[in-house]
Amino acid sequence: MDLESALHVFTELASALWMTLALAAATLPLGFVMAGLATWARRSRHALVRRPADFYVLAFRSTPLLVQIFILYYGLSQFSWLRDSYAWFVLRDPFACAVIAMSLCTGAYTAEVMRGGLAAVPSGVVEAARALGFSPMKTFFLVTAPIAVRRALPTYGNEAVVTLKATSLACTITVMELTGVAKDLMGQSFAVIEIFCMVASIYLAINMILMIGFKRFELFLTPQYERTERKMSL
Amino acid sequence: MPATTLADLFTWGSEGWSKALLLGLAVTLACASIGYALGIVFGFCVALAKLGRSAILRALASVYTTLLRGVPPLLVIFLLFFGTNGALMWIARGFGYTGYIEVDAFTVGVLAVCLVTAAYSSEVFRSAYEAVPKGQFEAFAALGLRPVPGLWTVVLPQMLRLAFPGLGNVWIMAIKETTLLSVISLAELMRVVGLAGRTTGQPFVFYGVAALLYFLLVGASSRLLRTLEARMRWA
Repeated sequence: MDLESALHVFTELASALWMTLALAAATLPLGFVMAGLATWARRSRHALVRRPADFYVLAFRSTPLLVQIFILYYGLSQFSWLRDSYAWFVLRDPFACAVIAMSLCTGAYTAEVMRGGLAAVPSGVVEAARALGFSPMKTFFLVTAPIAVRRALPTYGNEAVVTLKATSLACTITVMELTGVAKDLMGQSFAVIEIFCMVASIYLAINMILMIGFKRFELFLTPQYERTERKMSL
Repeated sequence: MPATTLADLFTWGSEGWSKALLLGLAVTLACASIGYALGIVFGFCVALAKLGRSAILRALASVYTTLLRGVPPLLVIFLLFFGTNGALMWIARGFGYTGYIEVDAFTVGVLAVCLVTAAYSSEVFRSAYEAVPKGQFEAFAALGLRPVPGLWTVVLPQMLRLAFPGLGNVWIMAIKETTLLSVISLAELMRVVGLAGRTTGQPFVFYGVAALLYFLLVGASSRLLRTLEARMRWA
């Protein structure tokens, strides 16, 4: 690869990197909110609230993300009443569709992560808080949630990396992020391996930054007396 | 939009889509299962390399898993799609063959599923090996078994049982990964469904059918895996 084409590849990848980061940055918070709502609903006393949330998590976890994206972007265009409605301003935009579909998907997986975190909270601690006269609300936010967050954080870090990798699917609906640009560049040139290595190292670098960030955050949340040598190492 | 009813869309024959859908599903299943089977074998070898004594093999194996697990599978598929023809022709030229070689989409698909499965399953195998209690190793040594027969008859069966749930998850991942192969125009379920949606002007119906089929496939797989897992526990 000569210098000129290398520069061309670099500029293309740099702009694509921003698109990937934008997708991930929009998807993660939205997915987190979805997961929070789903977790709240799944813990409800009323089956009418619990059942749909359970079904949401099951359905989005057992169908491939690509199907979800295509249903939203291509599938919904079948309905003319939807095309005439205001919702179409959002649904005709590939970026918005990708973010919505990915948020729903990662939301379902994250809801499962949250359930695991909440299940790991010792029941004795919750009972102790209730015995001390904490209201249910106070118990949840001051006792249950902090422990659950700490337990769930490593798994959530993995889920964030999965979401980052999932942003690559946005290129199937014309959002030109890293993988989509890499595909075009590979198709144009014969430097397939070189381009793959560059894009792969970008993904690996972002993964590593995410992983280290989550490790740091976990350490920050761990109280002094629970910190061990293993956790301190990062 | 053609004024067809749902029943017309799914008749068996040239004007309906049921046959094409089933063929697509068959391609999906074939690609997932062949790629998965090969991937597990390869993944076992990668795990052996990781646990082995050779530092070079260990480093290679860990680079391989880090790369394949850290990069989107779609990027791997594009690499194989654009790269395998060139790589094969380069190898063939070394043997003196200068013609054009083309690898079809199905082979690329199987290879992609295989490589990703191998990366994930090697981690499953490795952690299963490490989860076998140390006492088992000491026990077979105390019984006078040499390392190879000892590992084979004592450690391996326990290790496989520990690896089973993880390998089940990798299978479900392999099914989901095959959907990505529609981008390299392999005629699997997603591709057929997309074509049907465009031809009939009812994409929602057909993508919905695809979602349902994948839902059933994943649901059936995980139910079967859970049954087998429960049976293994009492074996």
